[in-house]
Amino acid sequence: MSSQANPTVTHGGHDVPHQPVFVGETLARLEALYPKYPTKMACLLPALWMVQEARGWISEPAINEVAEVLELTPAYVKGVVTFYTMYHTHPVGRHFIQVCTTSPCNICGAEDVVKALLQATGCGELGATSPDGRFTVIEVECLGACGFPTPILIDDDFIESVTPASVPGLLQRYA
Amino acid sequence: MGYPHPSHPKETVVLSQYFGDAGARTYDGWVERGGYAALRKALGMTREALIEEVKASGLRGRGGAGFPTGLKWSFMPKEVVRPHYLVCNADESEPGTFKDREIMRWTPHALIEGCAVAAYAIGAERCYIYIRGEFTEPWRIMSAAVEEAYARGGLGGNALGSGKRVDIVLHRGAGAYICGEETAMMNSLEGKRGNPRIKPPFPAVSGVFGMPTTINNVETLAAVPHIINRGAAWYKSLCLGNPKSTGTKLISICGHIQRPGNYEVTMGTPLKEILYDMAGGPRPGRTIKAVIPGGSSVPIMTRDEAEAALFDYEGIVEKGSMLGSAGLIVMDDTTDMVYQIWRLARFYAHESCAQCTQCREGTAWTTKVLERILAGKGKQADFQLLLDLSENMTGKTICVLSDSCAAPVVSGIQKFRSEFEAYMAGSREPAMAAV
Repeated sequence: MSSQANPTVTHGGHDVPHQPVFVGETLARLEALYPKYPTKMACLLPALWMVQEARGWISEPAINEVAEVLELTPAYVKGVVTFYTMYHTHPVGRHFIQVCTTSPCNICGAEDVVKALLQATGCGELGATSPDGRFTVIEVECLGACGFPTPILIDDDFIESVTPASVPGLLQRYA
Repeated sequence: MGYPHPSHPKETVVLSQYFGDAGARTYDGWVERGGYAALRKALGMTREALIEEVKASGLRGRGGAGFPTGLKWSFMPKEVVRPHYLVCNADESEPGTFKDREIMRWTPHALIEGCAVAAYAIGAERCYIYIRGEFTEPWRIMSAAVEEAYARGGLGGNALGSGKRVDIVLHRGAGAYICGEETAMMNSLEGKRGNPRIKPPFPAVSGVFGMPTTINNVETLAAVPHIINRGAAWYKSLCLGNPKSTGTKLISICGHIQRPGNYEVTMGTPLKEILYDMAGGPRPGRTIKAVIPGGSSVPIMTRDEAEAALFDYEGIVEKGSMLGSAGLIVMDDTTDMVYQIWRLARFYAHESCAQCTQCREGTAWTTKVLERILAGKGKQADFQLLLDLSENMTGKTICVLSDSCAAPVVSGIQKFRSEFEAYMAGSREPAMAAV
């Protein structure tokens, strides 16, 4: 199987050619995982994480590339990508904010934290990216830190006990 | 120690002894605190003797199901003709539960040691620790600890100089509650969508990669070294009267409570002591209305039921619910029960893998009917509709996700019916706009 002839990625309204992710050091990191699993397919979730780390999201051409590297079909890889909520199938802001609003946080005021985040980031609504491209805010189900409401994830930073009042100060660290 | 609060005198501190003690995170720090002695001892025992010891301790699975751990291990083939695998379930995602996170954050080597002991006991040379994708901090700490354990010879082809191989591989999830279900986890590890599998075959016969597999929760595995060090009799003696529930249990408490956090108690401790003495009771001027004792997937208890319960597997069942993962969600008299039951239903609808019709349709329609009630458009007939949906979601699907959606709905209607009726009668302002 081969990738499309002229793979392109739509990013910010401009079509840019897909640059392969699995070359050099990234390919070496993936290959170092192979001996840890009896099948190449088992490296699919780690490979998708590497794509997202490198590109911020997982595009169709990237799916084709992963499929080729791991000897899977693009349709199969797409099926897996779309099952897991943490993989982005479209571009997101430079900083990706996930707010827990499941019951334990909900009763402790998580919905007010969401409102404060939407306002302070300028995102306006859940899932939207702020006009300056800086933030995307989404609601997520239980982050597993229910004793410290409201927990949020900004990129890979796990932040506990967020309140509407602490939101503006928190965001300053993320340019 | 205790984290985020100092340990309460009524706690029995075993697994949580070093919570809050960053010095316990390193290999040397762990060894100074008595670490890796259990692994050394275990590697010198026979597999059979280890399994018998854990069986005799009475340890039961701490992930939620409460299945006897030693018995589970004994289902693995005696002879290792194909590779055996251990999978550690670190996908902690059950609303209200955040205990495994603290084990990984503060005592990563306790988990590594427990995994290594268990892997050896079941004849596995490799253990996969499946950590949920959102746990970025535990991932970093566990990664550093595994790397250090290899560098120091605790893991690898000659673990602790025993000549035996124990490998640990960390695997990151990507956001799916259902992957905490053991067969879904195996599919996810294999690079597939996290759909649960039909059992049989059971994992001990055909598990991950089609090989004999045992899956244990983080807390279960972290308890194992203590049993090896101090003996099954000691562990079994940690019990307040009911010999079916032994040892200590980490409890996460959250919601409307003064001191949320993790507490460790002997099995059988009165729930009232946990709620009021350890966690400080409700906020000033408030009273507790409801408690969900085992993570969100179990029936809701009223305050009276909760205050009368003994906290162990059987004690909670006796009062109409289940111990589950021991994630206690406390709701006080300000709580809109209909709204919170809707929020739970929405959680299950979002997390359904959608392969079983009863779950895919049932969780979604339950959510919609609850939205209708919250919008002030509910009818008396909606009670029966919700109960019919719940009936169809209970015991009829591949896994228990839809049963978990039904539990709060059915118990909520039974115990807080008047709150639903207030929305239906228009005596309560609609909580959301009609869809």
